[in-house]
Amino acid sequence: MNTIRKREELGPNVIRYVIDAPLVATHRKPGQFVIIRVTDDGERIPLTIADADPAMGTISLIVQSVGKTTRQMSMLKPGDVIHDVVGPLGKPTNIRQFGTVLCVGGGIGTAPLYPIAKGMKEAHNHVITILGARTRDLLILEDDMRNVSDELIVTTDDGSYGAKGLVTDAIRSLVNGGTHVDQAVVIGPPLMMKFTSLLTKELGIPTIASLNPIMIDGTGMCGGCRVTVGGQMKFACVDGPEFDAHEVDWDSMIRRLGTYHTEEQAAAERLDHECRIGLGTQESR
Amino acid sequence: MNAATRLKLPPVVMPEQDPVDRVHNVREVPLGFTPAMALQEAQRCLHCPDQPCVKGCPVGVQIPDFIKAIEEGDFAGGIGIIKQTNLLPAVCGRVCPQEEQCQMTCTVGKAHRDVGQAVQIGKLERFLADWERENHAAVIPQIPPSTGKRVAVIGSGPAGLTVAGDLIKLGHAVTVFEALHKPGGVLGYGIPEFRLPKEIVYKEVSYLTELGVDFQYNTVIGRSLTVDEVRQDYDAIFVGSGAGLPNFLGIPGESLLGVYSANEYLTRANLMHAYDENSNTPILHGKSVAVLGGGNVAMDSARTAMRLGALKVMVIYRRSEEEMPARKEEYHHAVQEGIEVHFLQNPVEILGNPGGWVTGLTVQQMQLGEPDASGRRRPLPIPGQISNVPADVVVVAIGNSPNPLIPAALPGLGVNKHGGIVTDEETMETSIPGIFAGGDIVLGAATVILAMGQGRKAAGAIHAWLTRATEVARS
Ligand SMILES: Cc1cc2nc3c(=O)[nH]c(=O)nc-3n(C[C@H](O)[C@H](O)[C@H](O)COP(=O)(O)OP(=O)(O)OC[C@H]3O[C@@H](n4cnc5c(N)ncnc54)[C@H](O)[C@@H]3O)c2cc1C
Ligand SMILES: Cc1cc2nc3c(=O)[nH]c(=O)nc-3n(C[C@H](O)[C@H](O)[C@H](O)COP(=O)(O)OP(=O)(O)OC[C@H]3O[C@@H](n4cnc5c(N)ncnc54)[C@H](O)[C@@H]3O)c2cc1C
Ligand code: SF4
Ligand code: SF4
Ligand code: FES
Repeated sequence: MNTIRKREELGPNVIRYVIDAPLVATHRKPGQFVIIRVTDDGERIPLTIADADPAMGTISLIVQSVGKTTRQMSMLKPGDVIHDVVGPLGKPTNIRQFGTVLCVGGGIGTAPLYPIAKGMKEAHNHVITILGARTRDLLILEDDMRNVSDELIVTTDDGSYGAKGLVTDAIRSLVNGGTHVDQAVVIGPPLMMKFTSLLTKELGIPTIASLNPIMIDGTGMCGGCRVTVGGQMKFACVDGPEFDAHEVDWDSMIRRLGTYHTEEQAAAERLDHECRIGLGTQESR
Repeated sequence: MNAATRLKLPPVVMPEQDPVDRVHNVREVPLGFTPAMALQEAQRCLHCPDQPCVKGCPVGVQIPDFIKAIEEGDFAGGIGIIKQTNLLPAVCGRVCPQEEQCQMTCTVGKAHRDVGQAVQIGKLERFLADWERENHAAVIPQIPPSTGKRVAVIGSGPAGLTVAGDLIKLGHAVTVFEALHKPGGVLGYGIPEFRLPKEIVYKEVSYLTELGVDFQYNTVIGRSLTVDEVRQDYDAIFVGSGAGLPNFLGIPGESLLGVYSANEYLTRANLMHAYDENSNTPILHGKSVAVLGGGNVAMDSARTAMRLGALKVMVIYRRSEEEMPARKEEYHHAVQEGIEVHFLQNPVEILGNPGGWVTGLTVQQMQLGEPDASGRRRPLPIPGQISNVPADVVVVAIGNSPNPLIPAALPGLGVNKHGGIVTDEETMETSIPGIFAGGDIVLGAATVILAMGQGRKAAGAIHAWLTRATEVARS
């Protein structure tokens, strides 16, 4: 049982939770994640550890409410508990002095990117961050990212803020402008990661991406999180979640994310229904 | 009753749920013996002086003695005898491959030249364990005064539970660290409810909790705590982290949508209750399900698929019925439930549609060649005999390898080429003093009773080790 200490809305459907998890707080490194179950009969879902306070024994998670479990979570208030939190899981990011590091975040991917950018900055890299969002309202963690970056570029698809266009446009103009990048890190929606890595491959920039396949146990036991990297089967929860982006079979990974599309929709509809008739949710209690 | 009369008694048939009904529920299939049935079955035992059955049991349960107790109506005495060597009889009575162990060597079966006629030792064991549980007759032993020693057990599978039970009874403090949110290892997430009700597993765990064992769930050793931290806080460590690394075939198509490892399929169904319509866990309900493999894991997956509403379930196995490693009872139950078992078929490719969903598989027809190193006849392809089998869900159930988390977290720990931890055969001590290991992490995917047997050995050695350490400290 892990108590929620703080809850803060960062944007539409994006919430930062600070929760008690002392062992995770003292052991986690950037790039690692936890698996949580909100309730005793809930699904196990993976979430990146966005930050931690070892002294307080807390971690923060930044979560986009997209489906049943994340929406159930969004109804919790400070003082409520999350039934299970296990972690830190996955391999930490390889953080060292590369020179110039380009951090590219899309949508909610900015949350897992933040601890990595911070780590890269602390390792004396020159950190350039590009954040992409569909529209201004969906941009999260801009200030936090600015604090750990030497340069920050924002793009929005609709031009409502920053440069109009996609993150790939910003990368291209950066490199065309003469900036040399030693290492790129990209985290965001799978399609955005795919196109970004195609571009950085073309530009010859070594790139790591953090994959977000469906997971259950997070200990290498189920194989559900398998992805193909360099033609080999890898388990993202123990071999990753970060991999050489140029070697990832993006199409297969994107397809596998859609495995339970029908079931997920049904679950979300059930939750809507329960909310309407006032059953089962914390809010209605 | 003399031996000749006993030999004439037919085996007592344990009532079972009807196959037609049971594929629509997850309740246990064999319903258990009544006391009268148990008494009758117990009368079949000849009480052989040389006790061949005991030699067939990996932990040496005093079989003739407990059967005699049943015959005398002394159920409490009987269960006491079993528990001297076997901490989890309700589990072993249900899942041991008895026909290859205690019942294989039974004189009665030998006399009839049919292992199916042997005294049903497992079913009697189950009877006593169920009797004890249902009558709340478990005796809470007197725990000796605390030795002040602390032991960490990594993993709550049968190996870890055995170590915890043995050591707490000797006065040591025991903490069990478990990565998942529920205990039992494979007993919890792998073996289905209809074969091993989870209530039984959780009851055994609550018994250990009553004895004072501390269970820490959601704790992955090597991640949530390093092994070094555990070493600092505890006087000895037992690693029982199991063989939870699913093998895949390495054939094309294993990334298609609708392809599961048996571990994922069973975990979704068992641990995460996907068989319950109202559960939050999604699972693909295939109409036509192909399970690849021939062991218990394959049978469990196939029978689970039936219960998830599949219209057709096939087990595809590359050897013949004789080589099949599944428990006979499981195979028999599977066939009763309408599962088709296709022998001598080797999957070579999983097929999919342009959307990435599974549509079937290509299989190569095999024939048996000469016996290989394991003594089993090796399957060889018959040239040109290749066919396609339609399926919309494929479950890969070809076994598991030792979980690499702990070996990876402990540089210097001796492992074999399969990734299993190397230990001393008698003490179960690893290459690192004070760290012991047992069960599937040592044996590779083996059995519940072998895991428990190694746990028992390790507990004895850990106790000796701790006692020695105390003596050294005193002198
Ligand atoms: C290593 C890892 C780290 C992650 N970190 C974060 C994080 O820090 N913050 C955050 O908000 N989310 C993160 N995710 C994604 C998060 O796990 C999913 O959003 C969550 O499982 C959705 O659960 P749900 O029941 O609310 O929605 P569901 O009903 O399961 O799904 C709703 C929608 O989300 C999509 N979806 C489902 N699973 C995933 C997934 N694994 N990745 C992406 N989309 C998915 C579905 O396709 C569907 O469109 C991470 C995933 C992984 C594997
Ligand atoms: C589907 C299936 C059916 C089977 N059927 C039978 C049968 O009928 N009869 C039979 O005798 N055997 C059967 N077996 C085999 C039997 O279940 C195993 O041999 C036995 O469970 C091994 O016990 P164990 O204690 O070594 O490990 P496990 O039961 O695998 O337990 C290991 C535990 O350790 C935990 N763990 C792993 N790493 C860590 C870590 N780093 N930190 C904390 N915890 C960790 C795991 O989460 C797990 O709970 C079956 C196996 C499967 C998969
Ligand atoms: S523990 Fe297993 S092998 Fe031993 S007597 Fe019991 S059922 Fe037979
Ligand atoms: S071998 Fe069979 S008949 Fe003989 S003692 Fe054992 S169980 Fe009884
Ligand atoms: S989540 Fe099960 S193996 Fe990775």
